[in-house]
Amino acid sequence: MNKTAEQYWKANIRLVSILLVIWFACSFLFGIILVEPLNTIKIGGVGLGFWFAQNGSIYTFLVLIYVYTKRMNALDVEFDVHED
Amino acid sequence: MDLQTLTYIVVGFTFALYIGIAFWARAGTTGEFYAAGRGVHPVANGMATAADWMSAASFISMAGLIAFNGYGASVFLMGWTGGYVLLALLLAPYLRKFGKFTVPEFIGDRYYSRTARIVAVICLILASVTYVIGQMKGIGVAFSRFLETDYDTGLFIGMGIVFIYAVMGGMKGITYTQIAQYCVLIFAYTVPAVFVSLNITGNPIPQMGIGSTMADGSGTFMLDKLDQVVTDLGFKEYTTQVMGSKLNMFVYTLSLMIGTAGLPHVIIRFFTVPKVKDARSSAGWALVFIAILYTTAPAVGSMARLNLMNTIQTGEVGTVEGNIEIANVPQWMLNWEKTGLLQWEDKNGDGRIQYYNDKNAEFVAKAEAWGWKGNEMTKVDRDIMVLANPEIAKLPNWVIALVVAGGLAAALSTAAGLLLAIASSISHDLLKGVFMPDISEKNELMAGRIAMAGAIGLAGYFGLHPPDFAAGTVAIAFGLAASSIFPVLMMGIFYKKMNRAGAIWGMISGIGVTMLYVFQHKGIMFVPGTSFLGDMGPNWFLGISPNAFGAVGALVNFAVATVVSKVTAPPPDHIQHLVEDIRVPKGAGAASDH
Repeated sequence: MNKTAEQYWKANIRLVSILLVIWFACSFLFGIILVEPLNTIKIGGVGLGFWFAQNGSIYTFLVLIYVYTKRMNALDVEFDVHED
Repeated sequence: MDLQTLTYIVVGFTFALYIGIAFWARAGTTGEFYAAGRGVHPVANGMATAADWMSAASFISMAGLIAFNGYGASVFLMGWTGGYVLLALLLAPYLRKFGKFTVPEFIGDRYYSRTARIVAVICLILASVTYVIGQMKGIGVAFSRFLETDYDTGLFIGMGIVFIYAVMGGMKGITYTQIAQYCVLIFAYTVPAVFVSLNITGNPIPQMGIGSTMADGSGTFMLDKLDQVVTDLGFKEYTTQVMGSKLNMFVYTLSLMIGTAGLPHVIIRFFTVPKVKDARSSAGWALVFIAILYTTAPAVGSMARLNLMNTIQTGEVGTVEGNIEIANVPQWMLNWEKTGLLQWEDKNGDGRIQYYNDKNAEFVAKAEAWGWKGNEMTKVDRDIMVLANPEIAKLPNWVIALVVAGGLAAALSTAAGLLLAIASSISHDLLKGVFMPDISEKNELMAGRIAMAGAIGLAGYFGLHPPDFAAGTVAIAFGLAASSIFPVLMMGIFYKKMNRAGAIWGMISGIGVTMLYVFQHKGIMFVPGTSFLGDMGPNWFLGISPNAFGAVGALVNFAVATVVSKVTAPPPDHIQHLVEDIRVPKGAGAASDH
């Protein structure tokens, strides 16, 4: 793998790692592990932990994929590995 | 116009539409049969993926599970959406860059081994067939209600219809049909949800209705009201009840997520887009369309539960007049009684129905004092909740007809996609790839269609005695995919040194552990009475239910593959170059077929 391809891959791994940390936090951490303490905070009639488990995590997933697509397309151009 | 006629018209119209589209876009070449000729726009592909993905389990079964499991059912909501993040970030762009038709083809090439390809085919077929069994349950429920027959007859008719159009269309036909099916199913899901939310909370947006106050002017929040109604009858509190344990929920969610990213009929979708860039955004679009239904489902489930409880417990708990008289039960209960999926029995002979939790010792003591002699709703099949919801809420007949059409669209679209994955793995991977490399394109198509027919028959047979509710059966399929396919795909891309022996032993041990665990609790091939440990909590490993065990299987797969690859020869240089090549988007041409 030449230098740029290697750097491209490193940048990719970094981006994916950050996004996966958020992925874990909004579902497993907020929706399951910390659900009881978060439920003491209410938005409308819904506890925050319950909301993350049933709605909030899904909205977060959407944002994650959107950010990934934007950033990766930019990286492709930056490292000149984009498709013709 | 009466409900029955209206339902026939709506369902008949949508079916004519699907069959028309399937005929218009029918497959002429293997390329079109397997991958729709790769000319599908990301938005269209996302919509078709969403329809393919959202099956009877999502449409019919999930809200029912939410209704009866409350917070515990969050595992389905998070699990079946979070997997798309993994799919978009870890698999889809690379598999598209690789540019072949099927998942086993990737595994066979990446691990330079026919054996690996065959093992992948077997894992794929096991997961897909189990998944189709879950769909058959959903199809059986929807048709039995629609035609007012018993479940078995409904199932046979459904099998016939799946056969006709999946076998004819191939991927190109299926992709365009699924776009139509998505529109039908999402409309059918959200319209009643809006009405019900408006009725109960006065807020027309279901996602917000769930956090609103009751429309009766009491100022009580809807969820607080629901918690109170169910606990008053001895059931667990809706917003806090867990499924098994928190550990089980964690593992269950993880299993569904990685299963999503390992299911062949979903992955195959990302082979059908023109570019690597499109593979990334396709996953995002698919999740947008899926999220519309998934964020509505919590409102549908909670409000259906509230309506159901209020239908039977019409007044104060413990008073004689508080329970509905059997002579006065609403029409929807009589309709569902005919299907055998809803049953009641007047145990204490008072002419009224008492619906409460008779497993709760503390509450039973109170109930006995009121002369209650056990829960009289002897069967409430959770899978009926979505279909019955508009009837329970007294919505107009056209809404009910629409929901039936939507349920059928969901079940049929997924069954078709899965059957295609099964057909392609048999005709393309086994016949053309391994046993009969010289097979003509025409014969390959024929073999694919015969394989589909066989799979329908097999799934229908098991559908007569499904191992669980539609969503539970589907969860097992995810466990099988999670423990076999996902780990080897991911390591194939991200771990250059992963080799042939590691992948083969990883897949075998992962799916082996999962299947052993499922079978020992649910019966060998799900045949009742052959389970040797019994399907009950105390026998479960760390309290993890068989439906959730795929994540453990996947861990075993990763571990075994890593250890075996360390002690065997690394992959040859050309394979390591192949991995470097799929990591960059540049040079992704049209798909080549060897």
